[in-house]
Amino acid sequence: MRSDYIIVVGCGRLGSILASRLSGIGHRVVVIDRREAAFDKLTNEFSGFQIVGDASEMAVLRAAKIAQADYLFATTTEDNLNLMVAQIAGSIFNVPHVIARVYDPTRESIYRRLNVEMISPTQLSVAAFLYAVDPSLEHKPL
Amino acid sequence: MRIVIIGGSKTVYFITRQLVERGNHVTIINRDLARSRELSQATKATVVFGEGTDVNRLEEAGARRADVVLALTSHDQDNLIACQVAQKLFGVPRTLALVNDPENEEVFTRLGVGIAFSATRVIASLIEQQASFEDITALMPVADGRINITDVRLDANSPAVGKSLIELELSGGTLIAAILRDDEVLVPRGQTRLMVDDHLILISQPENQEDDLRTICGIEPR
Repeated sequence: MRSDYIIVVGCGRLGSILASRLSGIGHRVVVIDRREAAFDKLTNEFSGFQIVGDASEMAVLRAAKIAQADYLFATTTEDNLNLMVAQIAGSIFNVPHVIARVYDPTRESIYRRLNVEMISPTQLSVAAFLYAVDPSLEHKPL
Repeated sequence: MRIVIIGGSKTVYFITRQLVERGNHVTIINRDLARSRELSQATKATVVFGEGTDVNRLEEAGARRADVVLALTSHDQDNLIACQVAQKLFGVPRTLALVNDPENEEVFTRLGVGIAFSATRVIASLIEQQASFEDITALMPVADGRINITDVRLDANSPAVGKSLIELELSGGTLIAAILRDDEVLVPRGQTRLMVDDHLILISQPENQEDDLRTICGIEPR
């Protein structure tokens, strides 16, 4: 398997599991979080690097060697931070694959036009609930 | 002008007062309820309570008709997103963002913010330029700060006093554009000899400036 260099921004519930799994299957993973205690959530699978810092600071992104990343996943609980980091990764550092987690669906159209790829937990949940009520309303959620 | 300001700092308060006094219509979006009340009592601005990056709050604040959106929070990400939403969704013609990390200045401009300014950088350069040498006044940065115009007064201790311009070994990055002596403006020539109380108007690139100022004034930065 090809080993990719992956930056995960935010080590919350989502980020910690994602980073652990990616590291477990052999990718080179760097996880960034503002709080050092957040890294406690990483599992034993994780053998990557941890950076304590605010991802809105360029110095922190550079410390994570963002220019060399194959993937960047912005998973913090702050939509705005995720959208900013995703744009910096994609537009400034040309990271090939960038995905931001975004809760607020009202701004999706703007960022889709700016070529920011997003995952919306809100939309995913809505799809799952609708599917439960009437499978013809939605595609089967993942 | 119709101006929407996002934030709640003292700066926001004073800017609002000034803009209102000059006849502008100002709406503030602030995320703290108590601060929103204070701002609404203390200024003549309309205050909308909520997130400045929220599409609905921007709409409520009149972003659709706004001439300018000014994002002044202490979070760079919020300032960026507010400007982008204002511009892309509401077509606001001018957006200005405060950047807290000076390195984000360039990033923001590349991501479409009209003007991004770093208070940190402005203050730091004022301190470097104005306070590091006595008798030196930074007149203005030109070309995005790639060139500085500076006024330097020579005192009796300046090593440049008594020397001709040829003898004064400046880097290639600094030019003496004019010499003010008493009330006269002298065009500098190689043979021109510098005297106490001369004012030199320098045009210099920031990377050479400190060395050249030391050659002229002979003092260490404070």
